[in-house]
Amino acid sequence: MMFDAKYEAMSRDELAQLQIERLQATLRRVYRNVAFYRTLFDERGIEVEEVRDIGALQQLPFTTRADLQASYPYGMFAVPLRDIVRLHATSGTTGRPLVVGYTRNDLDHWSGLVARQLAGVGVDEQDFVQIAFSYSLFTGGLGFHYGAERLGASVIPASNAANSADQIAIMRDYKTTVLAGAPSSALVMATALEELGLHPEELQLRVGLFGAEPWSDELRQRIEERLHIQAFDTYGVSEIMGPGVAAECEQRSGLHINEDHFIAEVIDPVALTPRQPGEEGELVFTTITKEGFPVIRYRTGDLASLVEGVCPCGRTNVRMSRVKGRTDDLVIAQGIKFFPSQLREVIMQQQWISPHIAVIIDRKDGSDSIEIRAAVSEQAPFFDEVSKVSELHDNAVRALRTTLGLSVQLTFVEIATLRREVGSKGMHLSDRREL
Amino acid sequence: MLRVRNLEAGYSKLKVLRGISVHVGAQEIVTVIGANGAGKSTFLNTVAGVQAPRAGDIEFDGQPIGGMSSFEVVAQGCALVPEGRLVFSPLTVEENLTLGAYTQYKRKRNAAVETQMERVYHLFPVLAERKKQLAGTLSGGEQQMLAIGRALMADPRLIMLDEPSMGLAPLVVKSILETIASLRDDGVTILLVEQNSKAALGIADRGYVMETGSIVLEGTAQELLNNNDVQRAYLGKDYQTIDER
Repeated sequence: MMFDAKYEAMSRDELAQLQIERLQATLRRVYRNVAFYRTLFDERGIEVEEVRDIGALQQLPFTTRADLQASYPYGMFAVPLRDIVRLHATSGTTGRPLVVGYTRNDLDHWSGLVARQLAGVGVDEQDFVQIAFSYSLFTGGLGFHYGAERLGASVIPASNAANSADQIAIMRDYKTTVLAGAPSSALVMATALEELGLHPEELQLRVGLFGAEPWSDELRQRIEERLHIQAFDTYGVSEIMGPGVAAECEQRSGLHINEDHFIAEVIDPVALTPRQPGEEGELVFTTITKEGFPVIRYRTGDLASLVEGVCPCGRTNVRMSRVKGRTDDLVIAQGIKFFPSQLREVIMQQQWISPHIAVIIDRKDGSDSIEIRAAVSEQAPFFDEVSKVSELHDNAVRALRTTLGLSVQLTFVEIATLRREVGSKGMHLSDRREL
Repeated sequence: MLRVRNLEAGYSKLKVLRGISVHVGAQEIVTVIGANGAGKSTFLNTVAGVQAPRAGDIEFDGQPIGGMSSFEVVAQGCALVPEGRLVFSPLTVEENLTLGAYTQYKRKRNAAVETQMERVYHLFPVLAERKKQLAGTLSGGEQQMLAIGRALMADPRLIMLDEPSMGLAPLVVKSILETIASLRDDGVTILLVEQNSKAALGIADRGYVMETGSIVLEGTAQELLNNNDVQRAYLGKDYQTIDER
């Protein structure tokens, strides 16, 4: 079913008109209101009036994660703060997060886009939607919440359920039909279900929408078999909007990009030149309706390809393949995005820990474990004092939890062993998860 | 129905429209709002063929009409109600209406003109009461009705109105805008340019905000009403604090 057929099945010709109108208005707003873009365009001698078609977008400079980070916290906002009604944040490469602001209209669009993707996989007002994404600065929880409400479904904001057994109890007793969450959390629930001795058919669950971390078709199959549901991929980027940027329909032949709000490009991540449809490259988005936090040619770091042509479902917008990976070393574990360099940064803030670390990420039953192997510095005055060393250990673990939100298992090893493990770079990460 | 891309226009060295892209779907009511001098009238006049475009494309029902003369544009089914009504004061109401049908007379469709006139009188009964009266003696509201009626005589599929509320009392504005909105039920598409943003957004489906010859915002009427910039600039709602950031 289409929630918004006028836009979802718009002719390409009409869409092209709508996109250029919205792009031109957006460019004029960012040039007028965002110092970053004004300076950037002026430096490059770009006249926004010269952008006469979508192809001209390629003449404009990119926006990177580093640009957003440098503008911390509000430098990229295109409206006065009093017009912002919501803030979300996502991790930056190091240190400071990226803060994203939404106006009332932004929230309204966002809800509509998430409602579209729910309707696109057969969810309607009869459904009970259980949201296992966290309700926090992260966009997943509230994004799905507002979208499901917009659709008229009954929303169960269950992310704070103490454990997966509680999630299962809610799911069984409240007759949940739709689950939205991270794919790994679906596996956790499947395991809990088995441990409780329940059969999936004792639940009403039939559809799952999963995203926020990479997951393979193989993992999809396992989730479907263990929970007896149909699992769909959804794609969101907090810097762009959150969930609702693109999502699969029932055909599962790629994720429909909401082109009436976002213009998608795929580029060669090194040469920064455009890639043809079907060719894999880095996804780049330009927002064309955002008021609070518009971005022009934002490089997502996600690798995928574009699929043109009308989908059998009738939607005319361009589709993207499932995300194949990253252009950088961003890691998504325990539902949190971080760069390995951030782990090292936090560890190095602790006095008397040597700057070498080895990181091992693994997954068991859907739960991600992060092990960090580090060494106490040879110069430490308490090198051999067990109580001091254990205090140092606890401080580092606490710092990782408070700064990055990660729960980490920290092991101290001999510095000589560690040096062999990490080599000259001072750091080594091995991700053993099967995604 | 109407599709405008990168439209530029101006007067001698002055560039008034700086690349306007706007569309109006069939049976939509679309409004362009903006301050005095933003280029709204120039925009309508250029679409209507009163003024020549310098660059850009104007398509009406898939046909390029950019650069056509105003009577050719009317013949395509696209009529303009100009700013300040511009009724012919020394002529009667009926004569004014008859003149509006000049494109029809060419094709010897007198019966159609009669029907059309009945339709206008039905829409604005006061014009029927005063059909023999000179247009110059009508009130402002009645003159506006006559100007709209005259445009309708060409049996347009798209009617473009330039500031129909100008200089009228609030109650009259309300009644005129309601009548304009009702034209949609007869299959007429409406493009409305207004400084009275609140009234225009009250009847429109969608709108554009024009500032110094550029479109800076597009959205549904509700979205524009929700937008704080629009509220501050055009709806007269402002805040006491100036502390922007």
